[in-house]
Amino acid sequence: MIRFTHVSKTYPRTGTAVDDVSLHIGKGEFVFFTGPSGAGKTTLLKMVYMEERPSSGEVRVSGTSSVTAKHRDVAQIRRKLGIVFQDFRLLDNRTAEQNIAFALEVTGVPRPLIITKVARVLTQVGLAGKGTAYPRELSGGEQQRVAIARALVNDPFVLIADEPTGNLDDRATRGIFQLLRDINAAGTAVMMATHNLDLIRRQEYRTIEMNRGAVVFDSGETAAPAPAAAPHDP
Amino acid sequence: MKRTLRDALITFRRTPLLSALSITTIAFSLFAFGLFGLVALNIRDALDRLEDRVEIRAFVAEGTAPEAMAQAAADIAAYPEVLGVVLVSQDEALVRAKKELGDFRDVFEGAVLPASIDVRVKPGYRDPATVKRVAARVKAFSFVDDIRYGEEWIEKLYRLRNIAGIAGIVLGLAFAGVSVIIIGATIRMAVLSRAKEISIMRLVGATDSYIRRPFLIEGVAKGVLGGLLALLLTYGARSLINTYLIQTVFFDARITLLGLLFGAMLGLVGSAVSVGRHLRRI
Repeated sequence: MIRFTHVSKTYPRTGTAVDDVSLHIGKGEFVFFTGPSGAGKTTLLKMVYMEERPSSGEVRVSGTSSVTAKHRDVAQIRRKLGIVFQDFRLLDNRTAEQNIAFALEVTGVPRPLIITKVARVLTQVGLAGKGTAYPRELSGGEQQRVAIARALVNDPFVLIADEPTGNLDDRATRGIFQLLRDINAAGTAVMMATHNLDLIRRQEYRTIEMNRGAVVFDSGETAAPAPAAAPHDP
Repeated sequence: MKRTLRDALITFRRTPLLSALSITTIAFSLFAFGLFGLVALNIRDALDRLEDRVEIRAFVAEGTAPEAMAQAAADIAAYPEVLGVVLVSQDEALVRAKKELGDFRDVFEGAVLPASIDVRVKPGYRDPATVKRVAARVKAFSFVDDIRYGEEWIEKLYRLRNIAGIAGIVLGLAFAGVSVIIIGATIRMAVLSRAKEISIMRLVGATDSYIRRPFLIEGVAKGVLGGLLALLLTYGARSLINTYLIQTVFFDARITLLGLLFGAMLGLVGSAVSVGRHLRRI
């Protein structure tokens, strides 16, 4: 589904960010990426949604190759991915609903379909009653839920989350993590970069540790999505 | 499409000051363009009217038979370059001279002026070379003594007209360049004020052409609005000149429309360059 083959990424000024990484992420997997700041986690994730292209090697995402993908192909592949960031990246002048609908509007989804999809995904992330709230009226955890809803609304096959809990307190972190587990349980693969080792230690998910651009530890490909075992956190 | 239009309009509503500022700047730049165009147009108009008076006057030797003159006039009138031929007898020449000189008509008392064949050249054949050629053919008639056609001032007129034309094109291009840069800069501000939105659009898979479209529409709208404002300013300036200085002519409907189209094109080019640069960079 996502395959890195001898991928390296070098920046002219800062040097090597990713160094000869080969790995495969299967359908419906939940994968943690850990490692110190500057280890190359973010660059690796960026190469999945083709914000960055490898300096050498190849990244294949659902049949699209980083070597041959054109501008249009990148736009098309991103419609099948969901991307979430530490800083939420919501539009302040739009309500939660409008922020989610935005992702569908700009890809030309018809209006009636947008309304049903937005309502469904809002319920899925547990914000059914807060659709008309503006981001500033929501807590950090709630804002991240809106961002996750926006990432989910296109029914992606993989959710890419770069430090999604980096700006959140423990309680909100647990809530977001549980949400990601639920999403994974429903069949969507999750690639999540995180510093939060506590979070990982308690999990049985695949963990890939990076340092100085290289993969230094990979707990191994997991065959199927892990069942949602932990009790649901509010 | 509806969303694209709405997006383009939203910018005007969200940043009314910036939009007004950019339209005004565009308007002033096009206004300068318009004023220059007006000057060029009026120079041309004046030249055309001057050219109307381009005339070859062939003075006829005394004692030439009127029949011979009439025959020559008919021959000359048949030249493809010739608009019309007038025969002026000695008496008529005297009357005309007295009329033209007004108060000094006394100097002609008892004078004898030569008869002449006055040849008017068709528009389009009034350039120095053609006039000279026609004059040479007229002079070939044996009874033509001398010929006058204002050789120098035809050449000067022509040079002036060419200079006005070239200056118009050069300055016009300069102003067009300035307009493109200004529109590009204002669109750039609009792009930057929506940079976050654009980056999110890209993340969720909007195509570049989709992202570009509202800005292009905005650029065109600004170009057209700026053009309209410039037209209004130019018309106002022309009215003032007409009231206080001299009578001038204004652009006709076709040129006005072309001007607006030009404004729209400047807006399109300016915003395309500006958005294109932004999209390549992020």
